[in-house]
Amino acid sequence: MSTHRIRFTLNGALAETAVPADRLLIDLLRDDLGATGTKKGCAIGVCGACSVLIDGVLLSSCLVLALDVDGGAVTTVEGLAAANGELAPLQEAFITEGGFQCGICTPGQLIAATALLAEQRRPTDEAITSWMMGNLCRCTGYAGIRAAIRAASEQA
Amino acid sequence: MTFDHHGATTLSDAFDLLARHGDDAYLLAGGTSFVLLYQQGLIRPGHVIGLRGVPELRGIHRDGQGHLRIGATTTHRQAETSAVVRAHCPALAETFGRVATVRIRNQATVGGNLVHADPAQDPPPMLIALGAAVILASRSGVRQVELDDLFVDSLTTVIRPDEILRELVIPPLAAGTRAVYLKFLPRTADDYATVSVAAVASGGRVRVALGGAGAVPIRAHAVERAIAAGATIDDAAAAVDADIDPMSDIRGSASYKRRMARVWTARALRRVLA
Repeated sequence: MSTHRIRFTLNGALAETAVPADRLLIDLLRDDLGATGTKKGCAIGVCGACSVLIDGVLLSSCLVLALDVDGGAVTTVEGLAAANGELAPLQEAFITEGGFQCGICTPGQLIAATALLAEQRRPTDEAITSWMMGNLCRCTGYAGIRAAIRAASEQA
Repeated sequence: MTFDHHGATTLSDAFDLLARHGDDAYLLAGGTSFVLLYQQGLIRPGHVIGLRGVPELRGIHRDGQGHLRIGATTTHRQAETSAVVRAHCPALAETFGRVATVRIRNQATVGGNLVHADPAQDPPPMLIALGAAVILASRSGVRQVELDDLFVDSLTTVIRPDEILRELVIPPLAAGTRAVYLKFLPRTADDYATVSVAAVASGGRVRVALGGAGAVPIRAHAVERAIAAGATIDDAAAAVDADIDPMSDIRGSASYKRRMARVWTARALRRVLA
């Protein structure tokens, strides 16, 4: 098995490490780098709990080989708040609109919604539903999630 | 046991790696199906050849003859949002957009989708109905294979071990061509279809293909012949029974899929012929 030295930025900070060829990004983030905000749910690319941005593109970190982020920029939920800890408007909106209950899906919901709002400043409810359908919430919190994304888009 | 990863930087480099590692090599593009198959222990390659760095496999353009050419490592999302694809055939762009979720479409490639050869995938029926082909490249040259002839069985294609799927080629469409892809999703919006139907009508002729209706994506020759012979839409749709060979699975029994194939074939025909 080959080992690969990789350099990338994780939420703006340089990360440098060596990974075996079959290391998955989710395991690199959680187990090697201690960035446990990103959750491992289904581990087959369906539930969205492990959503991250790689160079701004929304992906499932359970389906990405860690060696493929070499040279890239990874954003996880830990990277959404400002350096002084102030939450992003989207995070505030999830709180004020009740966009979560148990919270396990929330990091993935926030990352997916961040990608949506980067691409569409004022998405319609239909666009929000279509984009977010890959992020499952088992506390039936979809109405709150949609309301939070809408509220954040109206502030932008 | 795990694998060595080799990032190819050119197509020639990828051919060299394939020649060196032979049957022990696996080509990796987006990686969605690779990671799933690997995690489930269904594949155990000794060597994985990454194709993301190969420039010859990228890009979308219309050539001088008006053919739409899509590089194999183009992601579904890139194809879905490409103005070039949309200008050539809006229904094709929409079909790429029906695959799974935006997260998967950001990673899974259009070439990887075809070589994976899952019979329930969305693009193959549409590409068959559009008369598309793929270019297979190897050290010994290139050959063009019609999508109709690419699939042999579930997860099996005619691609030789020394070949790499380089690009998709979609022929120019006559003015007034109407195309539609319908996907029957009784479970969730991001699921594979229970059955799906693509239909393309042009100058009184229609091409029809189905997904989820057998071990491979299926061209519905009996339906096409019935339309050509002047049958009504409902009678032509009933002829789909002779074309398909569905299997019972979690998305429905074989008999249910047969009935749904008929219903959705009629709906697709109505959309392009009525």
